[in-house]
Amino acid sequence: MDLRLKRIFHHYGELEVLQDIDLDIPQGQIVCIIGPSGCGKSTLLRLIGGLEQPTKGKVLQIGSPPKMSLNPLTYIFQDFALLPWRTVEGNISLVLEDHNIGRRRRDKIITNVLERTRLLEFRKILPRQLSGGMKQRVAIARALAVDPAVLLMDEPLSALDSQTSALLMDDLTELWMRDRFTACYVTHNLSEAVRMGHKVVILSRRPGKIVEVMDIDIPLSDRNSSLEQLTDKQRYLWDLMRDEALAADQELTDVR
Amino acid sequence: MSDEPGYRLHSQKEDKQLVRFRGGGFAPRSIGLVGPLVFAVLILVWEWGSRSGWISPLVLPAPSEALTALVELAVSGDLWKHVSISVMRLVVGWTSGTILGLLVGLSIGLFSLARSGLLPLVSAVFPIPKIALLPLFVIWFGIGEGSKIATILFGTFFPTAIAVYGGVDNVDRNLIRMGQSFGLSWISIVWKIIIPGAMPAILSGARVSASIAIVLLVAAEMIGAEFGIGAYVLLAGSLMATDQLIAGVALLSILGLTVAWLIGRAERYFLNWRT
Repeated sequence: MDLRLKRIFHHYGELEVLQDIDLDIPQGQIVCIIGPSGCGKSTLLRLIGGLEQPTKGKVLQIGSPPKMSLNPLTYIFQDFALLPWRTVEGNISLVLEDHNIGRRRRDKIITNVLERTRLLEFRKILPRQLSGGMKQRVAIARALAVDPAVLLMDEPLSALDSQTSALLMDDLTELWMRDRFTACYVTHNLSEAVRMGHKVVILSRRPGKIVEVMDIDIPLSDRNSSLEQLTDKQRYLWDLMRDEALAADQELTDVR
Repeated sequence: MSDEPGYRLHSQKEDKQLVRFRGGGFAPRSIGLVGPLVFAVLILVWEWGSRSGWISPLVLPAPSEALTALVELAVSGDLWKHVSISVMRLVVGWTSGTILGLLVGLSIGLFSLARSGLLPLVSAVFPIPKIALLPLFVIWFGIGEGSKIATILFGTFFPTAIAVYGGVDNVDRNLIRMGQSFGLSWISIVWKIIIPGAMPAILSGARVSASIAIVLLVAAEMIGAEFGIGAYVLLAGSLMATDQLIAGVALLSILGLTVAWLIGRAERYFLNWRT
């Protein structure tokens, strides 16, 4: 299943946040969206998953999602969004309970995703006992439990320290190599973007427009060993973004 | 050379001083036996004062006399009569007021129509001391149980409704978005995300409403009741039977502590996920 964004415009009242966004998210690829803070990249992600409606334009699903998928468009949030009153297991169970799945199969799915995210021994633990990295792992396990066709990741590593986020990036790469999931990955971190993206979309400051789409054809598995090329790409991206970021930083925020 | 960190420091003559400790404090904790000790000392001084004639028995009876009055009350069987009817009024009034408050507070928190229609009403009636409505309730529901329970119900309903809608408003919107993003049904979102998320506020509302309920219970019983702890205290006062009066007040303290303990248990059960 591919996703296609057609001429998306979005306003909050008078404030224009997105302008004329055309974008394809092809199956099996990770599309990274980067841009200065406040450029509407998180808004764009909410539009893609149907959590918000664009003022103008359409988000289209091309082809139907696999039959097994319980929730084709699935988010991973920056703040993890785990229910603090449910255990790791309960948090994953939450997203399965509304689908007509027997208890046995539910347990099996939970065990399976906990295995894939190496969380099996934390099954009965409450979120407050986990570190940030582990919490995000639980959120990833929860997302995998519904067999998503597209993962929509909203700055998934931004709340974590750099070491944890490096570890988690390796995990995500590994997961992608196995499952070849489709993803839209929003971040403000350029090195994350060039590490994870098959395609990097650069947005301008508000109102967000697409400045450039960069393809990176180094296979994900080889990215760790081709740091030099990645650094070049990252520098190129930064040159593109620098002035925008500076202007965005100086913008006053009390617009509402 | 000048880039070397610490170069200047080491070249100077060493002048060593201990860094003064200025952290700590502002973290009071309870020390084991101090509380019971204060109680014991207070009661002993009181007892001694009464026996030595320093405190007039007409003003304040000795604690031992109050205890005797309590024992007499228990032996005569009236203790059970007074306590049971008070507890019944409290339980029925508080429970029904809380259930209604939960329902109304939840709808104010969830539906625009309820919010626009009911919130102004709730806000307008909330500040009325409910005891002022007792005469009206007596006219409506009679001098019997009806008016007393209605007073407690009313007094419980408003703080509960306000606590619940405030709690619902404060549930992390990101958690609700998460529920929607996974395609959870409306019922699931309310039952599994909003209600547990509002539970801390609901329980602290219950604490407030329970203490209001006890105040109203005693007030209502003082205005017109044959039995009940409030009636007992009032009667003792008009007979100048201060020993019975103190015994009744002690009963009220025990009642209040029991209610607080029960709510504490409920908090531990429902909020064990918090630190």
